[in-house]
Amino acid sequence: MSNGVRRDAVTEQTIMSRMGDKGAEFVDWIDARFPMSKMLKEHATEYYAAKNFNVWYVFGVLAFVVLIMQLLTGVFLTMSYKPDAEKAFASVEYIMRDVEWGWLIRYMHSTGASAFFIVVYLHMFRGMMYGSYKKPRELLWIIGMLIYMMLMAEGFLGYLLPWGQMSYWGAQVIVSLFGAIPGIGEGLVEWIRGDYFISDITLNRFFALHVIAVPLALIMLVVMHILALHETGSLNPDGIEIKEHKGPDGIPLDGVAFHPYLTAKDLVAIVVFLAAFSGVVFFAPEMGGYFLEHANFEPANQLKTPEHIAPVWYYTPFYAILRAVPSKGFGAFLMAMAIILLFFLPWLDRCKVKSIRYRGWTFKVALTVFAISFVALGYLGLQPATDTFVAITRVFTILYFSFFVFMPIYTRFEKTKPVPERVTWDH
Amino acid sequence: MSEKSGLNRRHFLSVATSVAGAAGVGMAAVPFVMSFKPNAKAQALVAPVQIDISKLEEGQMVRSMWRGKPVWVLKRSPAMLERMHESGAKLADPDSEVETQQPAFAQNEDRSLKSQVLVVLGVCTHLGCAPLERFDVAPADLGPDWVGGFYCPCHGSKFDLSGRVYAGFPAPTNLVVPPYRYLSETLILVGDDTGASA
Repeated sequence: MSNGVRRDAVTEQTIMSRMGDKGAEFVDWIDARFPMSKMLKEHATEYYAAKNFNVWYVFGVLAFVVLIMQLLTGVFLTMSYKPDAEKAFASVEYIMRDVEWGWLIRYMHSTGASAFFIVVYLHMFRGMMYGSYKKPRELLWIIGMLIYMMLMAEGFLGYLLPWGQMSYWGAQVIVSLFGAIPGIGEGLVEWIRGDYFISDITLNRFFALHVIAVPLALIMLVVMHILALHETGSLNPDGIEIKEHKGPDGIPLDGVAFHPYLTAKDLVAIVVFLAAFSGVVFFAPEMGGYFLEHANFEPANQLKTPEHIAPVWYYTPFYAILRAVPSKGFGAFLMAMAIILLFFLPWLDRCKVKSIRYRGWTFKVALTVFAISFVALGYLGLQPATDTFVAITRVFTILYFSFFVFMPIYTRFEKTKPVPERVTWDH
Repeated sequence: MSEKSGLNRRHFLSVATSVAGAAGVGMAAVPFVMSFKPNAKAQALVAPVQIDISKLEEGQMVRSMWRGKPVWVLKRSPAMLERMHESGAKLADPDSEVETQQPAFAQNEDRSLKSQVLVVLGVCTHLGCAPLERFDVAPADLGPDWVGGFYCPCHGSKFDLSGRVYAGFPAPTNLVVPPYRYLSETLILVGDDTGASA
């Protein structure tokens, strides 16, 4: 396929000829008042990304799809939910039993939360494999990390709303974490709760944050993430800049337009994803207690902690780290560092080569150990805090942090392979 | 006026305007930040509570609620107290030296006004879970050295029968003994310790 063909695929002229003169006039009318065609070109029909994207490159789009789904289902849940400690639990049951199709909307929302983290974790791992965080994409990575943190906040705030046992005690534990901050901790905890315990006041404010404040921040950050991506350009599995080889028409030789080429590919991924998603929603919405925890089918009881308390699976790697440390302050500190260190990845990694395809064995081993540690910690965080599990957790905690701490050393002396000039691609 | 002094003047004015604007935004934020604090209604609900222990047998515990937190009253049997005193468990703060964790009157071996009756908040000092009462001796899951106490299911912290934390677990301090006093032999007032002394 030549560049000329590619460029002609969807141009203004073809749109207009399809729409006829009246249509063209209408588009002109809008374009004189709002940069519609300009934005479409910049971000879709003339945004070029590498033609050698593999399956790892669909998770960003999937995250966007889940975001839209969460916003939509969330709006409809808000119409029947009551943010009141006396009524919240019953109102969720009311949604499940009495509201027409309420069960489907709620299961889409609760499954959506887990799906969000699945696609975001895979999206982040893609970034780590192919060096998407490296210069000049540091800000893109940092904005992404902020989205991830907002997402964790959003999940946590939302988990209190059903006012079940796990909602209540999960909130109790996580809010108490702020008490570990020296000096201001205790006052801060009271300020967050707005009370001397997790109460109706806490529930009401968590509701406000969950449905208004955090979603607004998320949408804003997602727009920034996409703008930053379109400024630097998308990377690819070879980790090379396609902008460095442009044709005479100024279009990257290895690039294809986002629309229609990548949108068509993404559509396939969306269909596959929605099929799997529907399978969970219809056949296993609780996912054996991993997506919706069993203890949460009991209303909150302030006098009794559930015997086995664990957060939802997407927080358990960090929860395991917290539990592995026999000190409240240091445990909370390490837990925070486990996330904060990710922000510094662009500077901890000293290797010039971006993609794992051309990097040395040290990085490959380190990234593998890191991924195994993350999954293992996630598993251990779901288990009871017995001596054996705590001991194993400590080993994986050390491995997890070693990935970051020794990164400046093992990436500096890495034996890399030669990086190709142009993207590698099977026709 | 020369061009240079004009620029200086502009620079000064922009800095002054920015500072004044920032101060205004800062002050406007105060009411919003303060609105997050426990409000008048929440503060009004912190009145002391009475707990009747007339029907409490030795080895039994009653749960009540004060300021939304579980309050436990445990009547320890002499055997339980003896086991605790002789257990030799490694405690983080055996003499209750951390002053914030109990009123002065409870800074003794049994952390109580009357040695048999323990009044303590059922809130783990780690992250606020409610520890479980495990008064059984040497159960399979807690090991042969366990002489009875409280076990936090969240992160595995262990406390003895006076709510003192075992060393080497995530909870940093002993369980909190709330202010309390006896209104009569069998009636405890939690939340007010006027005149109480051991």
